[in-house]
Amino acid sequence: MNKAADLVEEPRDDGTVVRLTGHLSIACLNDLPARLDAVTGPVAAIDLSGVSHMDTIGAWTVHRAAKRLGCDLSGANDDAVRLIETVGTLDEPVSIRPDYVSPWQRIVGQIGEAVVNSGVTLLGLLGFFGSTLVASWNVIRHPSRFRLNAVVQRFEVVGVSALGIIGLMSFLIGIVIAQQGSVQLRQFGMEMLTINLVGRLTFRELGVLMTAIMVAGRSGSAFAAQLGTMKLTEEVDAMRTIGVSPMEALVLPRTLAVVVMMPLLGFYSSIMAIIGGGFLCAVSLEIPPITFVQRLREVVPITDLWVGLIKAPVFGVIIALAGCFQGMQVKANAEEVGLRTTSAVVQAIFLVIVLDAFFAVFFTWVGWN
Amino acid sequence: MAPEEEVAAEEARVGEAVEQNDIAISVRGLKNSFGDQVVHEGLDLDVRKGEILGVVGGSGTGKSVLMRSIIGLQTPDEGEIHVFGESMIGRLDDEALAIRKRWGVLFQGGALFSTLTVAENVEVPIREYYPHIGAELRDEIAAYKIRMTGLPAEAGPKYPAELSGGMKKRAGLARALALDPDLLFLDEPTAGLDPIGAAAFDDQTRKLQQTLGLTVFLITHDLDTLFSICDRVAVLADRKVIAVGTIDELLATDHPWIQEYFNGPRGRAATAAVARESGKAAAHPSDGRQ
Repeated sequence: MNKAADLVEEPRDDGTVVRLTGHLSIACLNDLPARLDAVTGPVAAIDLSGVSHMDTIGAWTVHRAAKRLGCDLSGANDDAVRLIETVGTLDEPVSIRPDYVSPWQRIVGQIGEAVVNSGVTLLGLLGFFGSTLVASWNVIRHPSRFRLNAVVQRFEVVGVSALGIIGLMSFLIGIVIAQQGSVQLRQFGMEMLTINLVGRLTFRELGVLMTAIMVAGRSGSAFAAQLGTMKLTEEVDAMRTIGVSPMEALVLPRTLAVVVMMPLLGFYSSIMAIIGGGFLCAVSLEIPPITFVQRLREVVPITDLWVGLIKAPVFGVIIALAGCFQGMQVKANAEEVGLRTTSAVVQAIFLVIVLDAFFAVFFTWVGWN
Repeated sequence: MAPEEEVAAEEARVGEAVEQNDIAISVRGLKNSFGDQVVHEGLDLDVRKGEILGVVGGSGTGKSVLMRSIIGLQTPDEGEIHVFGESMIGRLDDEALAIRKRWGVLFQGGALFSTLTVAENVEVPIREYYPHIGAELRDEIAAYKIRMTGLPAEAGPKYPAELSGGMKKRAGLARALALDPDLLFLDEPTAGLDPIGAAAFDDQTRKLQQTLGLTVFLITHDLDTLFSICDRVAVLADRKVIAVGTIDELLATDHPWIQEYFNGPRGRAATAAVARESGKAAAHPSDGRQ
């Protein structure tokens, strides 16, 4: 016995009778809804006496057809009548998607929203910096509240654990700079200047900058995710009720750790990059390491080291603040933790590079060039 | 495969299962373990067609794991699971598909797809399993399913993040009911709802179960839910189902955990509430809640 839903139209004096047969369930409906839609003209009744089984989707199909054709139902058993009545009471327009907004309106709206958001974020970041300063002042006045353990633990996570990856990255960068530089300088027969290039560039700019980018990716994102999750699970609120200031317990140790670790990591990174450059010079330019080091001492002024070391803690503050600030902004759901983590890294790197440009102008102005 | 053949094949299967017996889910000798920790061992359970079976047990007794084993999200170490007479263990995905169409699952947090609106969430199973249903009819089906679970019409175009906990559960229920399943799995449907919302949800579940002739597998900690809508209750403890029956039958057993569960202060309060309710219903035969 074929249970697929089917329909037959039978003409009668007062109009057509539509006879439905088979299973009126979602699995067996097939093209019946479309065929029912195609039925036109005066319809006297929809006959359901041949229907062996019905689910709510079948009942809905019958209900909408009867409503459209304005006809009666006949031959339905009790279950079918009950189902059709039930879905009939639920017949009310429900919109499926949010209202359509024209692309122009949407784009303009998004631009406006982005501008407002950046302004709000910048102000928020400034405010957050302020509260961090206040918290630091409080800790300075009451040194017993300083969380040494938390800070030392962060030292390890931010600094020691990063040594491997930062060292390898810097070493490779040193090789790349020396190699690319030597290719260009060879055209003037001045391959020895490769040493100037590697030495000055890494101490002044690249060592600290690459370290900042790596720390933002490693630790800035981790801060945002950690604090964001703690906000979601209400750990931060619990802290507040117990009387522990989240700024002192969570933000300060992290900020301090990054501020202390950044100059160390930056110096380490510069040294590794120089080792990489020296390695390439020895291998492909045949400059012996001892000559490389002697020349380095002649051409790299000590101020280059100061330039790098002065920038590093400032970058550290920015990375830590961006991470912690974004983490503390998490409110609604787990999805936001991901979004905030992304913004923490993007903002940190962006602000570091903007500030680096200011530093470059400043150091030239004071004559350290 | 031609649509007619598909329908015939599906119908043959449905018919066979219906004729076999009146057991919807049968679990025999189930064993589940995570590493050294054995969650279930020699667990047997039958769920009859058309009943609401409540599943209770202390935290960590594997209520959710049992549900996940039945619906195929967790492969058990040993044991047999039959749903509508079909074995669910070791089935290929497309073989299990025919059975999957016949159940709906409401996960604890609703598990709504966060990038889709409520109505689009309800449409996902329809779109996935029955692509030949036209967009207009699909929208209409989603609309009445949403209304059926007691959500207001305004909830349709909202995203899950904009909904309250109770509304999320209702939206999850609407999605679970999208294909008119014969079998409904509810994982702690009233957890986190206020008592009024929880009572309304129970009421809705009962009404839907009666209208649609559903079999419901309901995991709960809510004693009021157990007393007010469950036909039978299965108690999980000591890695197996230690007792199944109506609450009166369970009260007659002398297992200490069952006694403590139903006769503790909360259990007594729920019993008293049910007694009051049935007293009221007897006084006014036509239930005022309709």
